[in-house]
Amino acid sequence: MSVKATWIWALVGLWLLSAVPVGAQGYGGLGTEAQGYAVPSPQTLIEFPKDHGPHPHFRIEWWYLTANLTGEDGSNYGAQWTLFRNALKPPAAQKSPEAGNWSTSQLWMGHAAVTTPSAHYVSETRARGSLGLAGAQSLPFSAWINDWRLAAKAPGDQNFRQLTVAASGAGFSYQLDLKARGPLIFHGQNGYSVKSSSGHASHYYSQPHFEVSGRLNLPDGSVNVIGTAWLDREWSSQPLSAAQSGWDWVALNFSDGSKLMAGQLRGGGGGNRRDETYTSATWISPRGTSTSYPDGSLSMEEVSRSTVADRAVPTVWRVKLPDKAIDIEIEALNKNAWMSTSFPYWEGPVVIRGTHSGRGYLEMTGYK
Amino acid sequence: MLLSVNNLKKSFVTEEGMLQVLRGVDLELAAGDRLALTGESGCGKSTLLYLIGALESFDAGEIWIDGISLAGLNDRQRAAMRRTSVGIIFQQFNLIPSMTVSHNLRFHARLAGAEDSHWINQLSQRLGLTEFLKAYPEQLSGGQQQRVAIGRTLAARPKLILADEPTGNLDENTSDQVITLMLQLVEETGAGLLVATHSSRLAERMDGSLHLTSGLVS
Amino acid sequence: MTLQIALRVLWSHWTYRPLQFLTLLVGLSLATGLWTGVQAINTEARSSYDQARTALLPQANQVLQRRDGQSIKLTTYVALQQSGWRTSPVLEGELSSGNTRIKVIGVDLVSMPQTMDSWSQDDGKFNLAAFLTSPHLILASADIAKQAAILPGVAIVTTGKNVPPGTIITDIDLAERLLDKPGQISRLVLAPRQSLMQTELQVLAPQLERIINQSAADIDRLTDSFHLNLSAFGMLAFAVGLFIVQGTINLAFEQRRGMCRTLRVLGVSLRTLALALILELLMIAVIAGAAGVILGYFIAALLLPDVAATLRGLYGAQVSGELDFRVGWWLTGLAIAIIGTLLASFWSLLKLLRMPVLAAAQPRAWALMTRRGTFYRLMVSGGLLMLALALLQWGSGLVVAFSIVATCLLGAAVVLPDAIASLMGVFERFARRPVSQWFWADTRQQLPGLSLALMALLLALAANIGVSTMVGSFRLTFDGWLDQRLAAELYVRTANEKQSIKLRDWLQGRADAVLPVWNVVTTIEGEAGQIFGFSDHATYRNYWPMLQLQQGGWDNVAAGRAVLINEQLARRRGFAPGDVIRLSEDHKLPVAGIYSDYGNPRPQAMINVDLLTRWFPKVAKTRYAIRVDAAKSQALAEEIRLKFGLEGRNLVDQASIKRRSLEIFERTFTITQALNVLTLSVAGFAIFTSLLTQSSMRLPQLAPIWALGLTRRQLAGLEFLRALLLAALTMIFALPLGLGLAWLLLAVVNVEAFGWRLPMFLFVDDWLVLALYGLVATAFAAAIPARRFSTIAPADLVKVFAHER
Repeated sequence: MSVKATWIWALVGLWLLSAVPVGAQGYGGLGTEAQGYAVPSPQTLIEFPKDHGPHPHFRIEWWYLTANLTGEDGSNYGAQWTLFRNALKPPAAQKSPEAGNWSTSQLWMGHAAVTTPSAHYVSETRARGSLGLAGAQSLPFSAWINDWRLAAKAPGDQNFRQLTVAASGAGFSYQLDLKARGPLIFHGQNGYSVKSSSGHASHYYSQPHFEVSGRLNLPDGSVNVIGTAWLDREWSSQPLSAAQSGWDWVALNFSDGSKLMAGQLRGGGGGNRRDETYTSATWISPRGTSTSYPDGSLSMEEVSRSTVADRAVPTVWRVKLPDKAIDIEIEALNKNAWMSTSFPYWEGPVVIRGTHSGRGYLEMTGYK
Repeated sequence: MLLSVNNLKKSFVTEEGMLQVLRGVDLELAAGDRLALTGESGCGKSTLLYLIGALESFDAGEIWIDGISLAGLNDRQRAAMRRTSVGIIFQQFNLIPSMTVSHNLRFHARLAGAEDSHWINQLSQRLGLTEFLKAYPEQLSGGQQQRVAIGRTLAARPKLILADEPTGNLDENTSDQVITLMLQLVEETGAGLLVATHSSRLAERMDGSLHLTSGLVS
Repeated sequence: MTLQIALRVLWSHWTYRPLQFLTLLVGLSLATGLWTGVQAINTEARSSYDQARTALLPQANQVLQRRDGQSIKLTTYVALQQSGWRTSPVLEGELSSGNTRIKVIGVDLVSMPQTMDSWSQDDGKFNLAAFLTSPHLILASADIAKQAAILPGVAIVTTGKNVPPGTIITDIDLAERLLDKPGQISRLVLAPRQSLMQTELQVLAPQLERIINQSAADIDRLTDSFHLNLSAFGMLAFAVGLFIVQGTINLAFEQRRGMCRTLRVLGVSLRTLALALILELLMIAVIAGAAGVILGYFIAALLLPDVAATLRGLYGAQVSGELDFRVGWWLTGLAIAIIGTLLASFWSLLKLLRMPVLAAAQPRAWALMTRRGTFYRLMVSGGLLMLALALLQWGSGLVVAFSIVATCLLGAAVVLPDAIASLMGVFERFARRPVSQWFWADTRQQLPGLSLALMALLLALAANIGVSTMVGSFRLTFDGWLDQRLAAELYVRTANEKQSIKLRDWLQGRADAVLPVWNVVTTIEGEAGQIFGFSDHATYRNYWPMLQLQQGGWDNVAAGRAVLINEQLARRRGFAPGDVIRLSEDHKLPVAGIYSDYGNPRPQAMINVDLLTRWFPKVAKTRYAIRVDAAKSQALAEEIRLKFGLEGRNLVDQASIKRRSLEIFERTFTITQALNVLTLSVAGFAIFTSLLTQSSMRLPQLAPIWALGLTRRQLAGLEFLRALLLAALTMIFALPLGLGLAWLLLAVVNVEAFGWRLPMFLFVDDWLVLALYGLVATAFAAAIPARRFSTIAPADLVKVFAHER
């Protein structure tokens, strides 16, 4: 999941620097501001329920949920719910002496989307971390921004056993119940996930085993849905070290119960191999044990592009992981799953064919 | 003597330097006399006439009109001479464009304080102007305009009448008519007449003729 | 090649007559300059409004406000956000830093509907994190950046082009502290896209209402009239300037007839000649246009501070007092100079080109004012007058009002020469002496050559009389109105209701009366307006500037059964006493009376103060008018200042409000009067150039008279007198026209532009002064050609009569 981590980093960072010409400053601009924040460490052990809540001493953090759904009408749907936290100041400077009603050191942003075979609804909402407008807490677990909320159903639930999630935007809203059908997955070394050869890392765990039921409200009416969902939790402070052109990332649920996270970083993978593609993958067995693969074990190739929002975006991919005899083609459920948010990207449900079948989520950034 | 000119000199400053137009002109004219002043184009006929007519001042010499010397007169006094003693008929643009023929006819006489309606009526009849009395100068032909100019001058009964190519802009026929009328009427008033012209036809009809060459009269 | 030669030959005319060339350039530059200046002012003001609009409500055209005009609570905002509403808070206010008043707009950039592109900065220092956290980065307009830098809690000031003048934009967190308005929100900007699931506003926050971009959209509508006013003056000045250009070009073309004929005889084709003439005109237009634009810039720079003050005082619109030199002006300025030149030379050019190759070289035909021409002009004038009457009867709106003014002015100008000519005819008939007879006749004949200049003078004089009568009438009315309106000796605004109670208690026995002056901003008949609450007191019954009042009106209003409304509301919506008016969403009352309310562009109503507090319980009870013996008012003010710490804008005495109001008033009309003076100067210049032009063509008319026995000095004197006489006659004609214009301005234009009608007063002194100025100016203009004639050589005069000598 390291690939996904880096691009979100850039996204939130860009938002902060939005009024400055991006080309002039580049992502490198973030580098100078990294000092003073807590740094992920392999010695830190993730503890629950504490770590479900926010880590304001770290610079960035997110709660990221994607769901593949099927409606009572038989159609496939996708849903996304994301909450980003971004610290405005290092922890030492976070206590402002003259704290007013609006004073905050945290900035929050939510993205929500619903994808149907023929439509894609997107909404973005932003809030400052004051007045209780946005925030997160560990027990009872809750993460919210304005009227959007991801929260534990039972106050005593310490492990994401049962959650509800809700969001609404122009033209859509949804309410889903999530039941965990497997354990939480720790990435890397007990959740300490190294990102690059130069040592960038994050704290990172997931719950990929959610079973979903709920209801989508769309302009044409409501539809009851069931399906699966995948929740990522990640926090970090470290900046990017190189300019990258974009990322492609998938989270796949195979029908045999196994799962695959796969991603590639296009152009400038870091370290000495700036011009090449950097890949990473995690395979999760039906029982919930995970295997991580180093760079080069995976291959992702474009099969065809579609014109989306005035640009050519690859919406069919061939993914191979020879070690697990995976050779599949994935295709977008709806090619127009364009996220027209402050910083646009493509994110939507996909269908899997080939050695394995199933459904998943695809995320792509940097296509111009 | 109505008019006597003695040793009259006049020069102009031109771009080439001083141009002496009149170099000591002498001439005399008695009341009732009608003299033609001839000479080539540019010989100074008009200048001599204008000096006698108190329009311009001269450099040296004397001009006496009816016992009054023009030498040393100022602007106002010269204007008074023009009003009362001299009548001038020019080649063109004699008339006041903003006034009717009738007003033009009377204008000089009224300026001179010698308006005689009976005489003016007679003049306009004799000059064949009765039907144009209400017209404006620009509505008249060249010959008609000159007849008005003659009438206007005679109406004021000046003792001396000067005419500068009065028919210069007219065709031969019209010219003859105008001259005949002018000579008749001048004779009736008993005024002296000096006409500058290069037309021999006109000169022949006068009592005598003076020729101006090289700034001198011969 | 031939073109080049033709051009050079034609151009030699100007080097031969440099004065004429200068006249043409000055005339055209003046016309372009005045026009450009006015356009520059308008552009600057409009761009300031645009800035204000982007700053106040970026990309959004709807806001939520409280019906009673009070601030919105934080809890309301949070509840809205948590119920699916997408809004962004704005907190506005003013503060003083030294002597500067700074407008503070506190925003939450995080929740702003769009990204912050509209604040893109000049210096590139903008950084959202620094904007949001303390000590803050703020955005300030360049004019107050220094003062803003020393405000508490401010770390960095960046200046932005898009920040309206006199304004800082800060994070709402800092704005709360700077303005000392904790927990308050002025309004909520609605995001253009709202989410599907949101609770009804009625259920969630019934005290709020949705308003369409009020403050910014209004400014455009309100200030439109002011700018139209300016534009009208710009047009007038331009038209007057074109008279000069027309006169000069006409003369130059007349004088070059021989030159053109020679060129054509020498084989220059008509097409080449036309091209050369047009090229020459274009060159002149470009030179003069460029000079005009620069002149316009200085005019605008000179006038802009007053315009800015006017707009601020009258409409609360912020306009930068500084002028940017925009590329657009160059282009429009040059374009208008070219169009003006071509327009002014069209007939001369056509006439010259139609001339046969060998036409006799005649001096200008002394066209009489033919009866046919007079009839034609009378028809045109009558038609214009009928049009004006029809517009007056059936038209409405500000543009129509100005059209009436324009048609009247034009209609009068067209017949001016005929009117003067017929007057001359009458004089001529009664003249006894030959010279006077000639004088009248000749004056009449000279009119065609001077008519354009006289028309220009007529327009300028009439505009001057009209505008100064309007301003004077307004000033008198305004002054009297202020006396009535500001009947109380002191006006206070307390910090809060607690202090109000203390102050009222303390004033018991110290003041004759303490009258609440509370108000709410709400919608009156669907338009944003104010409702004032007042208590029944003799101060109002005796002094309030009522225009109409029903029998027992004060009693009805005192009892809460009726309302008083301001004149502009009554006129705009056609309300008369007895009509029922809708005050805010839920309340209606019959109108008992109408009062004048100058200087306020918005609807206003007055009701009993108890009724106001019943309708709007949350109304701020902080403003009071204090009646006290005038002699004691200073001492009382000082005591209040010491005891309650109220000062500055919170404690004002009658005299200083009046002084400030009159100051605003004077500045409002500074520009109008400045333009007036400029227009008059242009007209004076037009007279001068026409006389100069005429003088060179007058010899054939003057020479016969001279030959018949008038001196040059006499004739020069008569020429001088003639100019004065014509100017005086024009002035006499201008007077009724100017008064008609004043009436139109007071009774038609003002009503359309501001919503009030003013009584008209006559200022004879002003007319005399104006007449004196006019005569002195004409005397100066006429003196030069007259002097020139008085010293002309007789030789030059006799040249008229003969070609040879």
